[in-house]
Amino acid sequence: MSDFEFSSEFWNWWVIGLTLGNILACWWLIAWTSKKRAGESAVGETTGHSWDESLQEYNNPLPRWWLWLFHITLVFSLIYIVLYPGLGKFTGVWDWTQESQYDQEIKDAQERFDPIFAAYAQRPIPELAQDAQAVKAGQRLYLNYCATCHGSDAHGGPGFPNLSDNVWLYGGEPDTIKTSILDGRQGMMPAWQDALGDAGVDEVTAYVISISGREADPVKAEAGKARFDMMCVACHAADGTGNPALGAPNLTDADWLYGGSPGVIRHSIAKGRNGQMPSHREFLGEDKAHLLAAYLYSLSQ
Amino acid sequence: MSHEVVEKNVGLLALLVVLVITIGGLAEIVPLFFLKSTTEPVAGLSPYTALQLEGRDIYIREGCYVCHSQMIRPFRAETERYGHYSVAGEFVYDHPFQWGSKRTGPDLARVGGRYSDDWHRVHLLNPRDVVPESNMPGFPWLETTVLDGELSAKKLETMRTLGVPYTDADIAGAKAAVAGNTEMDALIAYLQNLGTAIKTRR
Repeated sequence: MSDFEFSSEFWNWWVIGLTLGNILACWWLIAWTSKKRAGESAVGETTGHSWDESLQEYNNPLPRWWLWLFHITLVFSLIYIVLYPGLGKFTGVWDWTQESQYDQEIKDAQERFDPIFAAYAQRPIPELAQDAQAVKAGQRLYLNYCATCHGSDAHGGPGFPNLSDNVWLYGGEPDTIKTSILDGRQGMMPAWQDALGDAGVDEVTAYVISISGREADPVKAEAGKARFDMMCVACHAADGTGNPALGAPNLTDADWLYGGSPGVIRHSIAKGRNGQMPSHREFLGEDKAHLLAAYLYSLSQ
Repeated sequence: MSHEVVEKNVGLLALLVVLVITIGGLAEIVPLFFLKSTTEPVAGLSPYTALQLEGRDIYIREGCYVCHSQMIRPFRAETERYGHYSVAGEFVYDHPFQWGSKRTGPDLARVGGRYSDDWHRVHLLNPRDVVPESNMPGFPWLETTVLDGELSAKKLETMRTLGVPYTDADIAGAKAAVAGNTEMDALIAYLQNLGTAIKTRR
């Protein structure tokens, strides 16, 4: 869509008329006010008015340099509306638009930076993770686009995975990391409050604590195991070690996405969790995601 | 008419001054009301849902626009960080628009979908939980204030008189769509919708 598509042709001429008319009127005003008038006192004489008893005014013309500035601005404005858009739909002989200037800026940047990213994209991620310069470039991207959620040190936070260790929800292979960045991830732990009831949630909580190597009420944990075997194993596996294909976390280690205290585990079970990693394919593109994956892979090594 | 006549009649002087000042607005502002690129929605733009509209009102109430702009300018430095530059057709359903004029925090014109709902929740409760260097205030009361939706239908109707194409069904269902949600839910719904009509980078 053109920027200058009016609902009626009238507005095109409206803008042209006002703009040119205004410039002409300015020129006329300068000419008109510098005209010599009948009965006017001579240059160097006072005008004959006096204010506040003794205040008088010389009839001197404007300083020449000042008058010239007026004329120069008029000439400038005429040149400007010939070159640049200013007269309705007329786009100016240079065809300048802010979009074309932006596109040129992008094109210049692409010519300069794209070959660098493309060269990195040709090399396998594990190799890049050894390349100090590539890792540094990846880190700069990380700080711009990822640190808001995962933290500037990549240590994450409650609900936002730690990317600096070797524990991965969806797997830590180079291509898997890249897929997570490009397409995002959607965690889906359902809420079990209705299915389990308060007592059931307590029991499963106790069981989960017990398999992560901590002490829990053995009676509750035993009852919880029966429920876990029925309801949780489909995603978290029979031994509770999880399933990276689904992003189901390993419950037997000391690493917790939302926190490992009994209260938080209870909340996760009762209310469910819906962690979401947004997709960055449109925003970052393949090549930058490749470099980011290399940076993250280097952190996990 | 001589200079003296103008100088000595204040009413006439004021009239002429107003006339001169008006020309700029008549040439630069008035035609925008009749320009397709500023009056027609971009493809894919839909009006705010009732819940999003309530969220927008909370955005205004809490003064978010004081520190956050919603206007990405066509410079590479902006589009690398925020995404496609803003275009006028994205704002035709905004009454009033939330362009803002100052960035103490980042621009939000395309924040929709950039972060998860969970992130927004944590961040709005206490921004430093996710961004330690942030100086944004927390808004914990949003989480505990539940909306009743009493005025939602009226708000949609008002928007319709301003030209936003809400259907009768939208207005009839507004209260039910809003009631029971917290202010936090509404604000997140609003934020997650911002700028999503244009998804590409540029």
